[in-house]
Amino acid sequence: MRKNLNVIYAYTIMLGLIILVGIFQSWNVALSILNMCLISAVMTMGANIQWGYAGLINFGIMGYTALGGLAAVLISVAPVQEAWQAGGFNIIMCIWLIVAMVVIIKFILKNFKKSKIRSYIIAGIIIGGIIFIRITSEQSIEAIESVNPATTGFLGGLGLPIVFSWIVGALFAAGLAFIVGKVALGLRADYLAIATLLISEIVIAIIKHEDWLTRGVKNVVGLKRPVPYEIELQTKEWFINLVARFNSGKLELISNLSDKQAALNQLVIEGSSVFVKLCYSGLFLIVVLILLIITQKALYSPWGRMMRAIRDNEEAANAMGKNVVKQHLLIFILGSAIVGIAGAMLVTQDGLFTPGSYRPMRYTFLIWVMVIVGGSGNNFGAILGGFAVWFLWIEAAPIALFLINLFTSGLPETNALKAHLLESVPYFRYLMMGIGLLLIMRYRPKGILPEKIEIK
Amino acid sequence: MDFLNAIILLLNYIFVPALTYGSQLALGAIFVTLIYGILRFANFATGDMMSLGTMFAILFTWYFQSLGISLGVLPTALLAIPFAIILTIIYMLCVDKFVFKFYRVNKSPPVQLAMVSIGVMFVTQAVVRIVIGPGDRRFFDGKKFLIKASEFKEMTGLNEGLAIKSTQIITIFITLVLVSILFWFLNKTKTGKSMKAYSDNEDLALLSGIDPKRIVLITWIIAGILATIGGALYGLDKSFKPFTYFNNMLPIFAAAIVGGIGNPFGAFLGGYVIAFSEIFLTYAYKKFFMYILPESLEPDSLLQLLSTDYKFAVSFSILVIVLLYRPSGIFKGKVL
Repeated sequence: MRKNLNVIYAYTIMLGLIILVGIFQSWNVALSILNMCLISAVMTMGANIQWGYAGLINFGIMGYTALGGLAAVLISVAPVQEAWQAGGFNIIMCIWLIVAMVVIIKFILKNFKKSKIRSYIIAGIIIGGIIFIRITSEQSIEAIESVNPATTGFLGGLGLPIVFSWIVGALFAAGLAFIVGKVALGLRADYLAIATLLISEIVIAIIKHEDWLTRGVKNVVGLKRPVPYEIELQTKEWFINLVARFNSGKLELISNLSDKQAALNQLVIEGSSVFVKLCYSGLFLIVVLILLIITQKALYSPWGRMMRAIRDNEEAANAMGKNVVKQHLLIFILGSAIVGIAGAMLVTQDGLFTPGSYRPMRYTFLIWVMVIVGGSGNNFGAILGGFAVWFLWIEAAPIALFLINLFTSGLPETNALKAHLLESVPYFRYLMMGIGLLLIMRYRPKGILPEKIEIK
Repeated sequence: MDFLNAIILLLNYIFVPALTYGSQLALGAIFVTLIYGILRFANFATGDMMSLGTMFAILFTWYFQSLGISLGVLPTALLAIPFAIILTIIYMLCVDKFVFKFYRVNKSPPVQLAMVSIGVMFVTQAVVRIVIGPGDRRFFDGKKFLIKASEFKEMTGLNEGLAIKSTQIITIFITLVLVSILFWFLNKTKTGKSMKAYSDNEDLALLSGIDPKRIVLITWIIAGILATIGGALYGLDKSFKPFTYFNNMLPIFAAAIVGGIGNPFGAFLGGYVIAFSEIFLTYAYKKFFMYILPESLEPDSLLQLLSTDYKFAVSFSILVIVLLYRPSGIFKGKVL
């Protein structure tokens, strides 16, 4: 118990901070921070598996997040029948063509010796295949995109409940990670970082511009929720009664009946959005807990010990007969899959998919700050990092505003410097993140909650 | 005549823009490669350091403009660049002293330094956005075109015009001068040679009496010059927006790695490789073939290999291919 004391302290402080936001700002804000914290925690767990367990740098987190989001769209949106009729057949044929191409290349790679001619033939197949696919798909893509472009203009999805997409998102991300891992994992650490960063940019470029699949920058809005809608809740008898019972003390103070009704209505409106957010929090918390239990079990299993051995001394692990390449690939896939889940959760929560919003600062580097600040190699640390950094990211603006007002309180309101500083309040969050990261890396390089491995 | 038209078309839409863009990338790529070769880490703050340098250049330009100083047909920014370079170098040396030095002295692994550079990236980005804001800024003044498309048409009587912006000429000219001086410095002077030695084998260099502090200082000075000039030229030619500079980091990295990281000459050529392939692959060749093919064979599609949306993806794909087949780059890396 004692050795876990600092973990308990850290989490109590974190929850206390969120509760303080609830009391002083509003419960709505506090719960939305909590939800994003939980999603960030899932992402950091994914990154922590790769970096903390195995020492693999993955700067492509953004790409896997976006793929998870794409899964949410493809699972939950109802299929667009017209678009399928317009060009669905050709698209499916193109997918088969790609599969055929891959199979042929695999066959050639397997059955012919490495030579210049083989490389040329493979390059020829790839280029010829791409041109052929473009020719076959061009018209059907245009046809699909012209089907009611203001609202659909894409193939749509499967029309299943969106929660399934959390699993499918993980599978998508795992698939991409398999390809990336096969290609790039042999590279040295800093090359791997750059390569994964660039690959994730390619993924975003594809998602942004293949309108027939994702609607691209036109965004997909109004995804179905796994939890009730506010408007529906506000008309439900049981919910109004629930709100009334919770606020009975407040309501009893109001004697006038119509005032009382108005106050109740206001409370119901507020309460409904809090209730929806609470539902999300519950769902997310379940995911976080399941993942935490699995990753903790894995960390202390023989497999976890082997991963640490590979991380700390690759050659020695290799000499002991551990298949380093295979384990690296496995852990790369597992970590990316977890990030994919987070991506799907994010889109589920927002109810919309906006490819334009995926930016490396927010979805790659910020997650890395979380892992490093929290404590790489320690799941509790990584989750705490997700909570603390996201909290700071959101609350940085109010804090900066407060500090600026404090330091410039002597200056008049019209002072140019003060006005300029107040205008640039949103950017102080970058400063805080940067300085926070630098300080942690310098004075506590293992993070707030460092990795603790005990050999029993 | 049609053949000439086709050539002019390619010159106007591919060659001149790619040469300009390539020069801008090349300066950034040499910056990356120098830091990698001598300080031994991948600097993720590259793009933001360039935007910081550009920001200083813009501030000085505004100051000179408010004083009424100008260079006539040339942009005022050229006058502001030397002052901006000094401030950028001071910033970089401060960052080095307070951040990077600690890890260098402790011989931390390069990955840790790369992580630290992400912290620097955040801070630099914040500084730029707080001082000048995230908006789009144009600070070009002076004469805009050296040759206008319409003038060119009148002059030669061709259908296609060739427009050359003065910024394009300035960019190419300054890049060539700067890079020649840099290579002369690295190859001919004693300091340059000691830098090479340090990059090649640190311990041996230390044994032969090379002062590492001096090498690091000079590296940051060169880096400051390259970052400021590269950034300012990009900003003059297009426009200054912090987010674009952050994004430009990616093709710059691609250029540095394609050229063989640690090798300045490779990085210089890598910039052009990336720029040309980006523009070659995303240009629509319809008009070109309309000129050179007889009318019966005229194409009806755009003849564009990839849509311009995938411009960035092209450079990244080149990088991935190079990394897979020649991890040391087209020109062998680490020979500074």
